[in-house]
Amino acid sequence: MYSDYASLRAWAESEIARTRPPDRTRILVGLGTCGIAAGGLDVLAALREKLADMPVSAEIVPVGCIGMCFEEPLVDIVRPGEPRICYAKVTPKSIPTILEEHLLHDNVRKDLAFAVIGDEPYDGIPAWKQLPFFATQRRTVLRNCGFIDPESVAEYIVRDGYAALAKALFEMTPEAVIEEVKRSGLRGRGGAGFPTGMKWGFCRQSPGEHKYVICNADEGDPGAFMNRSVLEGDPHSVLEGLLIAAYAIGADHGYIYCRAEYPLAIVRLRKALEQARALGLLGEHIFGTDFSFDVTIKEGAGAFVCGEETALMASIEGKRGMPRPRPPFPAQKGLWGQPTNINNVETLNNIPPIILNGADWFASVGTEKSKGTKTFALTGKVVNSSLIEVPFGMTLREVIFGVGGGIANGRQFKAAQTGGPSGGCLSSEHLDWPIDYETLTKAGSIMGSGGLVVMDDSTCMVDVARFFLNFTQSESCGKCIPCRLGTKRMLEILERIVAGQGKMEDIDLLLELGETVKLGSLCGLGQTAPNPVLSTIRYFRDEYEAHIKEHRCPARVCKALITYRISEEKCTGCTLCARNCPVNAISGERKKVHVIDPAVCTRCDTCRQVCNFDAVLVE
Amino acid sequence: MNDKLREVLQAPVTGKGDLIPLLQKAQEAEGYVSEEAIYAIAEKLRIPASEVFGVLSFYAQFRLRPMGKHNVKICRGTACHVRGSPLIVTAVESELQLSGEDTTPDGLFTVEKIACFGACSLAPVMVVDGRTYGNLSPDKARRLIRKTAEEDHV
Repeated sequence: MYSDYASLRAWAESEIARTRPPDRTRILVGLGTCGIAAGGLDVLAALREKLADMPVSAEIVPVGCIGMCFEEPLVDIVRPGEPRICYAKVTPKSIPTILEEHLLHDNVRKDLAFAVIGDEPYDGIPAWKQLPFFATQRRTVLRNCGFIDPESVAEYIVRDGYAALAKALFEMTPEAVIEEVKRSGLRGRGGAGFPTGMKWGFCRQSPGEHKYVICNADEGDPGAFMNRSVLEGDPHSVLEGLLIAAYAIGADHGYIYCRAEYPLAIVRLRKALEQARALGLLGEHIFGTDFSFDVTIKEGAGAFVCGEETALMASIEGKRGMPRPRPPFPAQKGLWGQPTNINNVETLNNIPPIILNGADWFASVGTEKSKGTKTFALTGKVVNSSLIEVPFGMTLREVIFGVGGGIANGRQFKAAQTGGPSGGCLSSEHLDWPIDYETLTKAGSIMGSGGLVVMDDSTCMVDVARFFLNFTQSESCGKCIPCRLGTKRMLEILERIVAGQGKMEDIDLLLELGETVKLGSLCGLGQTAPNPVLSTIRYFRDEYEAHIKEHRCPARVCKALITYRISEEKCTGCTLCARNCPVNAISGERKKVHVIDPAVCTRCDTCRQVCNFDAVLVE
Repeated sequence: MNDKLREVLQAPVTGKGDLIPLLQKAQEAEGYVSEEAIYAIAEKLRIPASEVFGVLSFYAQFRLRPMGKHNVKICRGTACHVRGSPLIVTAVESELQLSGEDTTPDGLFTVEKIACFGACSLAPVMVVDGRTYGNLSPDKARRLIRKTAEEDHV
């Protein structure tokens, strides 16, 4: 129990000195969900095995995601007095070489090392900020991800962790905290972009016996994992943000509503709560003050609509997660009928640095109306699939071609999808538009929570629209008829179009239905569900028309509109395709040109992928 | 009723807010939510069984049938979609001869489609029995299923 920040900090420093002698080498392994998926655990096992028979004393530290998914698995070595050297795409096989060379022969292998995670280059290895991927990024939300052991509260504290909470409790009134957040210009990072300080102010002013704060960690967009990386890599910062929100609003209890599909995030959150309780940072009389607050973790049970505030609260109350009309707003009558404030993970994560460094510091980054930075899960047909954080106002081109390294496999950029199923597709005409809340809305998309999926000329935009609508249609809770039936009818029309059975009237019908669904739905899900369809019709109408008028899929994706054929010039008669065809649709003798029977072919693409001579053509 | 479920039902509850956590624990204990569990939870929370059913059928997490021995999860996130996950779904379903249902008649495989694993740099991705496989092709996916089935018979 600490009644001031200095003694808490002293405890953390002594704790680190005790467990971590300064003369010992540290080896950091990226073990977020992404690192584990890429084989991080096998690398960890190889590391342990090799270290056991080496005459060096080194400590292995599992860390969160630094964002370079495209270079996973990552292993970083920090020797006393030397910079942190990052090795990328490490395999169990390359571990012995890396360790022996680096630790025994003082030879940092330039061919294996990826970058120095530090300010200066080292021995010909570039500093990370010199790499195009990191050069224009600015890490506020991700400040600790990949730098600290997420399960060590001491490591969080020595990087100024809980200093903002102490500052708020000892030096600021709740009103002053709200004022600071208002002045910072921070807007909700869950998607809608409502000013956070204002939201807090409404909740503070609402009378109520109890007040609640909720952290919305129900990240459900397919193609988005920003919140997960933060929860896994820096759970205490989310908790600190929630604590400050609770103090500002006057809440005595909080909930973190986290997707059950994020088991690692939940484990780390639970651990963080335990550690905070043990240090008196959670529970009765926090830091010895009159402020008491505790947190319960609720696991979401898999319903996309529960990302919506009122549906989320219904779910915590043990009901079907269906939204209700507003007003009353959650700030007036929320969870259990009491004033409630809900913020997204990333919003809360921004709070400690704002309190610590001031509103002006935060507002100095970004555009006039969109302040600060935004994390994006940059994925799809981009070279650097990654988790990034950039200042608002950066152009789409700078993000995709600068940070993202351009389009994979040398193909052409076609579209960028933001905002997930609620967002829209932007075309090449938007490449030089700045990324901020207003600009994206003007372009027919939304900021959303930060999914940014890049599409190339082999992506069919009608198919993408159908993909998102298929998702929202099955996730519609069914309360509002325009959403329940409208999305269903829109999906049926899109299915007709991709099957080559569309009519030209269908496009107008989609537009009309889309507007009706937007207008006639209570919550964000229905109000935005038509966006992927409307925006693709707006910018890629020619693709819709090609499907309808010419029965042709320009990207050669829609199965009903394509045929597979083997090129007579290129086929060498190797029989590989025929042997791999799961439905025996390919015939031909060895060393003779093979033929695909279109009546039997299921267009599964196996033959094209296995062919070594690019002889399988899709037409 | 198995012992694990009995243990779940013995823990103290405070009110209706405990319904979803109880269902989650019941599913953890049995691998799915059985009819027996539904009635027992209803009784414990003093609410109608129809209400318990109404809540559990709303959420994708809850299953009313036992899970197959091997669990295959195919990512259907956006990044996986544009990198060919529809072809992976077709390949796996045709390999296991599934049409509509998610579990094979012999109870060996359950195939689930998941919104996003967040392993987008490895797209398209599939998770078999907790292990992630990335950069899949339909052919690789089929072979993975075959290998899993064969290992089972050894």
